[in-house]
Amino acid sequence: MLVTLSATARPDTPFADARDLGHLLHKHPDRAQRFELSVGVAHVFYPEATAERTTVALLLEVDPVGIVRDQRFGASGDVSLARFVNDRPYAASSLLAVALGRVFSTAAAGRSASLPEVAAHAIALRIHLPSLSCRGGAERAVAMFTPLGWRVDAAPVPLDSEIPAWGDSRYVDLTLEGEITLGTALRQLTVLLPVLDGAKHYWVGEDEIDKVLRHGEGWLTEHPLREEILRGSLAHQRRYVEDATARLLDTAAVAAPEASDAPPAPDVPVTPSLAAQRAEAVLDALRSVRAASVADLGCGEGALLRHLRSDRSFTRVLGTDVSVRALEKAADRLRLRDASDTERERLTLLQSSLTYRDDRLQGFDAAVLMEVIEHVDPDRLPALEDTVFAHARPGAVVVTTPNAEYNATYPHLHERADGAPVRHTDHRFEWTRAELASWADGVAARNGYTVTVREVGPGDPELGSPTQLALFVKEAAA
Amino acid sequence: MSDTTLRVQDPSLVVLVGVSGSGKSTFAATHFGLYETVSSDHCRGVVSNDPNDQSVTPEAFALLHAIVGARLQRNLLTVVDATNVQPHARKELVALARTHDVLPVAIVLDVGADVAAARNRERPDRTFGSHVVDRQQGQLRKSLRGLQREGFRTVHHLRSEAEIAGVVIERVPLLTDRRHERGPFDAIGDVHGCLPELLTLLDELGYVVERDAVGRPVDAVHPQRRRVIFLGDLVDRGPDSPGVLRLAMGMVRAGHALAVPGNHEDKLVRALAGRDVTVSHGLETTLAQLAGETAEFREEVAQFCRDLVSHAVLDGGALVVAHAGLKQSYHNRASGRVRAFALYGDTTGESDEYGLPVRYPWAQDYRGDAVVLYGHTPVPRAEWVNGTMCLDTGCVFGGALSALRYPEREVVSVPATAEHYAPARPFPTGGVGSSDGGASGRTGAARPADVLDLRDVTGVRVVDTALLGRVSVPEENAAGALEVMSRFALPPRALPYLPPTMSPVATSTLPGHLEHPDEAFASYARDGVGTVVCEEKHMGSRAVVLVCRDDGGTRFGLAPGSPGVAWTRTGRRLLQPDLEGELLTRLRDAVATAGVWDRLDGATWVLLDTEIVPWSLKADELIREQFAGVGAAAAAVVPAALAALDAAAARGVDVGGLRTAVAGRAENAERFRDAYRRYRWDVDGLDGVQLAPFQVLASGRTEADAAEPGVGGSTHETRPHPWHLEIADALVAADPVLIRPTRRLVVDLADEASRSAGVAWWEELTGTGGEGMVVKPLANLVLADRGGRPLQPGLKVRGREYLRIVYGPDYTDEANLARLRQRHLGRKRSLAQREYALGLESLARLVRGEPTWRVHQPVFAVLALESEPVDPRL
Repeated sequence: MLVTLSATARPDTPFADARDLGHLLHKHPDRAQRFELSVGVAHVFYPEATAERTTVALLLEVDPVGIVRDQRFGASGDVSLARFVNDRPYAASSLLAVALGRVFSTAAAGRSASLPEVAAHAIALRIHLPSLSCRGGAERAVAMFTPLGWRVDAAPVPLDSEIPAWGDSRYVDLTLEGEITLGTALRQLTVLLPVLDGAKHYWVGEDEIDKVLRHGEGWLTEHPLREEILRGSLAHQRRYVEDATARLLDTAAVAAPEASDAPPAPDVPVTPSLAAQRAEAVLDALRSVRAASVADLGCGEGALLRHLRSDRSFTRVLGTDVSVRALEKAADRLRLRDASDTERERLTLLQSSLTYRDDRLQGFDAAVLMEVIEHVDPDRLPALEDTVFAHARPGAVVVTTPNAEYNATYPHLHERADGAPVRHTDHRFEWTRAELASWADGVAARNGYTVTVREVGPGDPELGSPTQLALFVKEAAA
Repeated sequence: MSDTTLRVQDPSLVVLVGVSGSGKSTFAATHFGLYETVSSDHCRGVVSNDPNDQSVTPEAFALLHAIVGARLQRNLLTVVDATNVQPHARKELVALARTHDVLPVAIVLDVGADVAAARNRERPDRTFGSHVVDRQQGQLRKSLRGLQREGFRTVHHLRSEAEIAGVVIERVPLLTDRRHERGPFDAIGDVHGCLPELLTLLDELGYVVERDAVGRPVDAVHPQRRRVIFLGDLVDRGPDSPGVLRLAMGMVRAGHALAVPGNHEDKLVRALAGRDVTVSHGLETTLAQLAGETAEFREEVAQFCRDLVSHAVLDGGALVVAHAGLKQSYHNRASGRVRAFALYGDTTGESDEYGLPVRYPWAQDYRGDAVVLYGHTPVPRAEWVNGTMCLDTGCVFGGALSALRYPEREVVSVPATAEHYAPARPFPTGGVGSSDGGASGRTGAARPADVLDLRDVTGVRVVDTALLGRVSVPEENAAGALEVMSRFALPPRALPYLPPTMSPVATSTLPGHLEHPDEAFASYARDGVGTVVCEEKHMGSRAVVLVCRDDGGTRFGLAPGSPGVAWTRTGRRLLQPDLEGELLTRLRDAVATAGVWDRLDGATWVLLDTEIVPWSLKADELIREQFAGVGAAAAAVVPAALAALDAAAARGVDVGGLRTAVAGRAENAERFRDAYRRYRWDVDGLDGVQLAPFQVLASGRTEADAAEPGVGGSTHETRPHPWHLEIADALVAADPVLIRPTRRLVVDLADEASRSAGVAWWEELTGTGGEGMVVKPLANLVLADRGGRPLQPGLKVRGREYLRIVYGPDYTDEANLARLRQRHLGRKRSLAQREYALGLESLARLVRGEPTWRVHQPVFAVLALESEPVDPRL
């Protein structure tokens, strides 16, 4: 990876001889120098060095084999091929940012023993990053650097020049031009390269706040994208970001409001979200059948379990999901590890699959399939029916699923692999009201249940409500 | 004094009864094995460090019961060494034996209080006074009268030291234990007095019937010494129950047949004994017919029926026969409920609308290894349900009389000559399939044939394979596989196979190479393989394709007439439904045109292992995100770096070494881009898509009217590779646009020139951008000489340029290669071997017609093993 810095001299200013760049950087213009760094080997050399214009190049060689063996690059855990073949040896990223900070540390700090007045002077700089990893494309690079006074030329790099249909890659050939002190320019790069790349190669701890604030001195406070820069620099750790913001604005550390990542939308009337309405409808249905023991099948990260837990009329609650990771998250969110033995007996989590019979699901007053069936392939629904209605046979089953008719009111829908519009890319189908009714009637008839269907959420006279709910109640044994 | 022989059933629960000091431990140690005896004193010691500590009695007995229970669960003879002089102590043990359907046996060691007290005095650890022994002796005396009543099937009362000393224990197997009978057998379902049909069936099976002086059949002999198993219900309803009995009794007496009782024999015994039974369900016919026989014959019949044993375990435990079937936990067990199950089935106590008992469909939940053959509930067709088969095809109701040839597993049926008796419930004689496996009544909840239970995959995570024995799956891998299988894979019935991973060749030390054909040749030569075939590796995506014609797909739960289905290595559908339909229809046409159905003995389905190209068809996102991105980043930076270096050099700065290195990187980056570019191209629908079949995994016929649907297929792993490639070539000829040929070269490992030709061929293949080749033993499946484990079915030798995609653009620099050569292949190899064995196991189970859950187990295991963390570059 490469960065070049060109400085153009201006007569009648302290920076009248561009070769002074070498003094500022403490690197002799006529020698190529080599620095062994933790991130690789940095080479510094000068492609041009005249009194009018001097250009320094920093070329960082990253060891492509060593990088994958290094813990810092995720050598444990991640076993995808992505770890082994990656852009790190080529694209400007936090590796280059670290190299800049190390090799040009004195200049970045704005100090110079021999030419202090030049170091403090804004000089005509041109910075070239031919391959900058930039999530969000060229516009984001422009938005980041323009407010700092740079004239920005960000040319997207095509993904493959031989395959034009692929369009642009996420790399940008970036040129910055402006009048700025060398130290500020270097510090801006140090902060902004990892932000644009969207990753840091090292663990971001609390000391990173100091580092960012130090590098951001004099330019970060006023930056319109300050929040975004802080979030990106501090690995999206909210507490760090709040702390850093407070210190930047030189205010006492104010307790930030909850959910600061969701800006308040004042013109939206305060109505419960659809998710909340849906959960409430499910709870109503459970209460209507006087269910005391409830199995939440496909509980995910525990959205409904939270509600079930807080209502003591549910004396036994089981959450199942096929994803172990989801269950772990649910256990975290519900703080099950800290729960009392009684509570852990009342609320349990199990890995289970809706397409395999599972004896452990038997004996419940009710089971809930909240926004679950649409994640099951249609050809597996008979297996789900067998598992839930024929084998587990709870006293009641509550099923909710999107109403496809209502999708007409949504401006933005996802596209399923076959192109059909759906609310979530993993939805294998979304049913109209008639389709749900037809399935539900069949299930009920085949398994000895009666079923009633109702709508959940704000209704449209033509299209119905966004969510539909079917309540199955087992018929008394003959 | 002469020895006393005690006959003790094995298995049984032997409860020793005797006061402290009566010599129980010595007795147990003399006559039973170390682990067979569970001692209360030992358990006291285990929980308290002191075998005499009476304060831990509850804990010690909890432990004792746990150990005894675990052993009885495994059907092992177990001896309880405790005083057992108190009724409640014995009661718990009898209950434990009953829970596990094992016979409780009592052996009373009655030496008298004096002897016992004297012995205790000699033992320093026995500190209790003689009053304790006296009390125990009193309890023992009171117990003796009621032991039988308490439930002990056998009570041995040994009355003196001398008698105890002279005891010899003879272990006798249970009457049901006939594991030494190896067959071959012909198991015949409910005859119900249908003598003419029985004679026709015996003839069909190859038996020669012998008749008595008046022409009545009294025996039947098979020239190959096969034997008949009568599955019960010989009598009632039909035209000639005495005739059937005469023949069956004759055959059993002569050792030409075995018989288990049916519920109708059970009732007949009671009727003949003059007991009060309701004469119905055809018993009236039999009694009327028997009235015409001699009293002597009737007595003979009563005796025969009385002596029949509930069920039989045969052929080393691989075969179990019982009239109404038998769940696994009852095999070779003895209790009232085992007998009731064997004769009447798993009844619920309810009756259906026709007044017939409602039964639980035990066969649907059967997971045992033993084949279970039974009758009892008339079914339209004899079908396998989880390794069980009901052979009552309703002969007396106008159906057919059926037999299963064992171990051949062929069903032989003869139609009834007439409806001899009107069934209480309409008997379906048409072709309507019934897969409820003996279930009757219960509405709605009948378990379809392909329903799976979580325990099938996550409970027992050990799969028995023919090639490698037991292959186990770590729990966390099974958990991950469950998610993939449930959320993304095809329905298990349509997914009878997943391809194994393949190991690369041992690492080459040749300069510039990580992999080279030499290593593959050397490896197989070391393993004694003479000839190998090198097959071109197509850089695409693995695709397993099931091609069906007619109703071949119904075996896999596909609609009749479906052309089949194709899936990826993780069991996902390969293509969108419309494209998939088009692909499979064309494949089916090609299979037909190429005459492959005929080559495969008229198969109606065939499972092909293939590679689909281009790679970008399935991996477009990966190529763009991962590989093209790296190429773009490199292409943007390297020219700029070279320009900067050149400018510096022009100024006289010495950048020589660095410039060479960067120039090398530029070249490598361009080669890297070339590498992935070769494996992607634009496709439009199927235009541009090609499928390269290289192996025929299995094939078979699905016949709707066959007694055993799905059986009769074959796997093809022992056919040499040229056979497979010939079929692939025939398919290419039939549709050269869609089907891609696989180039190959046969190499004689003993011939140096042939090996060199192999290397040259690989160099040519990879020099023009090919991914590489796979080297396989020409003979296909080869077992190692020692240990008989399968050799690696193939070793991949990937090309130098292709490996850039895997190891990065600059991997060919010698400094990088030196480090990359330290790769570890052991885990990958072991994984490849285990997955190969599992794959073949699933195919074998498929063509044997085993139930979905059995085929699914090894398939699931392959998916689970694939989630093991292994270097993905291998």
